[in-house]
Amino acid sequence: MITATNLTKVYKGTTVLNIEHLDIPMGQSMGLVGNNGAGKTTFFSMLLDLIQPTTGNIFNNEITVSQNEEWKSFTSSFIDESFLIGYLTPEEYFYFIGDLRQQNKADVDALLLTFEDFFHDEILGKRKYLRDLSKGNQKKVGIVAALIGDPKVIILDEPFANLDPTTQIRLKKIIKDITAQKETTILISSHDLIHITEVCERIVVLDKGDLVKDLMTSMATLDELETYFSKDLTMKE
Amino acid sequence: MFKRLFSLEWKSFFRSASLGKSIGLKILMGFFALYFTVAFLFFGIGLYPLIIKYFPGQEPMFFVNRFVLVWLVMELGYRFLLQNLPITNIKPLMLLPIKKRKVVNFVLIKSLYSFFNFLPLLIIIPFGIYNIYEGAFGTLNILAWMLAMIGLTLSVNFGNFIIKKNFTDNIKALIPVVAIIAVLGLLDYFKIFETSVWFGKGLNEILENPLLALIPALIFAFFFKYNQKDLENKFYLDATLKEEVKDANTKEFLWTRRFGELAPYLQLDLKMIWRNKRPKTTVYISILFLAYGLIFYGNDSYNEMPAFFIFVGIFITGIFMINFGQFIPAWDAGYFPLIMAQNIPLRKYLTAKAGLITVSVVVLAILSTPYLYFGWKILLMNMVCAVYNIGVNIPILLYAGSFNRKKIDLDKSPFMNYQGMGATQWIVGLPLMIMPILIFWIFNKFISFEAGITALFVLGMLGLIFRERAIGFVAQRYKKQKYAMIEGFKQSGE
Repeated sequence: MITATNLTKVYKGTTVLNIEHLDIPMGQSMGLVGNNGAGKTTFFSMLLDLIQPTTGNIFNNEITVSQNEEWKSFTSSFIDESFLIGYLTPEEYFYFIGDLRQQNKADVDALLLTFEDFFHDEILGKRKYLRDLSKGNQKKVGIVAALIGDPKVIILDEPFANLDPTTQIRLKKIIKDITAQKETTILISSHDLIHITEVCERIVVLDKGDLVKDLMTSMATLDELETYFSKDLTMKE
Repeated sequence: MFKRLFSLEWKSFFRSASLGKSIGLKILMGFFALYFTVAFLFFGIGLYPLIIKYFPGQEPMFFVNRFVLVWLVMELGYRFLLQNLPITNIKPLMLLPIKKRKVVNFVLIKSLYSFFNFLPLLIIIPFGIYNIYEGAFGTLNILAWMLAMIGLTLSVNFGNFIIKKNFTDNIKALIPVVAIIAVLGLLDYFKIFETSVWFGKGLNEILENPLLALIPALIFAFFFKYNQKDLENKFYLDATLKEEVKDANTKEFLWTRRFGELAPYLQLDLKMIWRNKRPKTTVYISILFLAYGLIFYGNDSYNEMPAFFIFVGIFITGIFMINFGQFIPAWDAGYFPLIMAQNIPLRKYLTAKAGLITVSVVVLAILSTPYLYFGWKILLMNMVCAVYNIGVNIPILLYAGSFNRKKIDLDKSPFMNYQGMGATQWIVGLPLMIMPILIFWIFNKFISFEAGITALFVLGMLGLIFRERAIGFVAQRYKKQKYAMIEGFKQSGE
């Protein structure tokens, strides 16, 4: 579904991303991990054509993202709060996104109903603008909005950050439900190794822009990742 | 401690992201400041001899006192519009071991260094010294008068903060205050009850009895204390620092539904305008500017130059177009990545913006029909200007928008607000205004008035016919520029 070839991004002489080849088949759920500055958000931004690659290309369902806008109709994403419109209420925001994805009000309402637990009665019917919600609640809105309209590709940047424990657990369930159907390609980044190994079938580790590990998740994956990320510590000891 | 707070302030100014970028603007503001300083200073020095010369027989000091109240009210007015209590940057200081009182005093005392407090001194001090030199009153008495005047100015400084704090969220509550001032002003004007004269007589008393100067000083001290207590009580995250959460306005603009697939975008734009301070004020300004024509149409000296009326016509029917259009797409800067990543074709996005501006031009054109009073020629010119605005100027503005790189904070007031301003805004003004004037002028001069009108009308219609293509062209341009726009809108420059 998604293919990146010879993808690099160079800012003022510093290479922040360098992926020779990455292929994500349709229906796969892929987790992106790496320390700060590893290039996770850069990769997602390029996939959404928000920044231009220095070299190489990304193909989303065989469409070159920087040349054709067609991928937008089946791709949805939540990267950060710049994907929210502060002066709308959550309902208005959902309906707006629904409009863009050819979903009428009833469709959106039906979808929202399935997220009642996830919202925990803090989002809908509160007569509050998005800009007045807490960070965690804003995130909930952004994540759910990214699920409107049966997208074929979903991109979530650090969806677990800022969420309370209950919501984190509910989010894991939501993601697992989607991946179980094997129809949607999901790309998630996270700093939480436990969460990400639990919900993703494949883990890709980035380090300063380089792809250093590409694992299919198994029982051993979490251990392997923990060993990898503590290697600096062990070396010092 | 104060020294340290000042050094923080200093760094925040010189290290702000926008310092280098808007240096040109700073220089411009510097020139304005210099201009006002010099103007006030000359006025202050020249005031005494001027009164002697033009109002012989009047005691200059009493003459000035008579107008002090009028000046103070004006001062309050412009301070209300322009001056803000710099409160937002005390949040990080709340956790540090600094006494509340100290931080509050710092904020209040810092406000004393405002340019608005500096200007009146330029009049009070030279005028006072002139009086001492002339020797009409005792030196001590004049010094007391100067002290009283400074006290009054500073009272206005702090009184304004009190008014602002209590009324900015609730502009309607201000109506009685404005009404009282208006009534007193009218009574004064018709010489029924002259408040300003009585106020002046009070000030004259100070010259008899210098101790009375303590009264303004006490008023100042009271206002200072009031602000201090008020701020201290509100020195919590959930009080003033965090904006009060207002009940959301959930107006739906359902009538936009009839615009089909453009409806969601139009709705979003209308909500953006209606729920945010800066675009909302832009609308009010546009309506005010409808009266702009009154200045020119009634004035015989412009009747010789019909080309000038084209300028007025473009301006009246296009003021919203200019004020709103020049900042497209910076209005959406806060969520520009969403616009770019969601299923929003650029062409539709731009068509919706063009549609919204078109509606505004039509509405303003209809509202301007009472200018028929000044003759059918004026009305005809305004209508043709509206057509020209819709056909030619809208695509030009949209094209210019692709050069915008500066974010706009929707919640700030537009008065004296140069956020989002760049070279684009200055340059685009030329073709918008000059072109139609030039075209009309040439046809009017060498053929006839009717030819000039027809030329503008035809150009406008051509623009309308080719709008699709023009927007397609602009969309291509946006596509090329989008990375730079996304990058630029991320910066939170002033």
